[in-house]
Amino acid sequence: MKPRLAIAVWVGVAIALLSIGVLSAKAATPQTSLSEVSSEVMCPVCGTLLELAESPQALRQKAFVSRLVAEGRSKDEIKDALVAEYGTEVLALPQGSGFDLSAYLVPVVAFVLALVALAVGVLRWRRAGESRDREQPAVPTGPSAEDSERLDADLARYDL
Amino acid sequence: MSARSAIAVLAVLAVVGLLTFGLLSKGSSGIAVGEVAPASSLPRLEGGGNGSLADYRGRWVLVNFWASWCDPCVEEAPELEEFQQRHGDAGFTVLGIDSRDLSGDGRAFVRRFGLTYPQLRDGDGAFAHDFGTTGVPENYLVDPQGKVRLAVRGPVTGEYLEDVVAPLLSGGQS
Repeated sequence: MKPRLAIAVWVGVAIALLSIGVLSAKAATPQTSLSEVSSEVMCPVCGTLLELAESPQALRQKAFVSRLVAEGRSKDEIKDALVAEYGTEVLALPQGSGFDLSAYLVPVVAFVLALVALAVGVLRWRRAGESRDREQPAVPTGPSAEDSERLDADLARYDL
Repeated sequence: MSARSAIAVLAVLAVVGLLTFGLLSKGSSGIAVGEVAPASSLPRLEGGGNGSLADYRGRWVLVNFWASWCDPCVEEAPELEEFQQRHGDAGFTVLGIDSRDLSGDGRAFVRRFGLTYPQLRDGDGAFAHDFGTTGVPENYLVDPQGKVRLAVRGPVTGEYLEDVVAPLLSGGQS
């Protein structure tokens, strides 16, 4: 084998080995943590967040999550595994479908309705103010005819 | 009634309805002796497929709610297995319901105690909720017609099983 070809083969083998090492290391690298997952899932027996629970069931659940974290599973994969074990009630956040969707929609709808109510209230208040202004009699800008006559008479009396 | 009053009444009714729905969906009254036991289909803990309490209609069934993380269940399991060995036949069986438990832990529990009676898996606790359980272990003796004859909220002992449950089985009362 020519020296140049031998070097190329050795470099190729080294790159291949390095790639395998990097890939296997990446597969086992944790993508999430126990604390991150346990702040988003429930302890189904305690009815509290898993991170706050210390019951025997919660400890088993935490061990299960830790095992999946060590295997390099993502947070979503671990949540899916928990749902497969305990059902959807294990999720702390409501799902974005079915009746749970109302948990997201109701606040938005309530906010929009409040804005509409506020806008309608402000418009009515302004209209009421304007109509009050129109109904009020015009404020006289000068002296009345009677006052003018008296003023003229007084001026004439003191006319020098 | 003015439009404004109608809207106010509707809003109050909506809030009351929402609260009532929440209470009804979370609440659990507990099944009483004499009532027909729930018989939802559940996955088998081992072997795949589904099973149900209804599969055992015509037999006495001691429904045992348990979990591998529950200490009293550890003490109770050998007693139940012994009772099953002594009385389990065409007329009676213990039916284990592994509730709110990791399936792997549940299977390990069954192997550890060499439990031979059928086991179903109630991961989300919905079946336990239908029975109105307050924890584990709990035991319900269901007669051949599917009605609850005994309800024990807590572990059963071998003595209790022989003194209270066995006479019902042999007496064939239903």
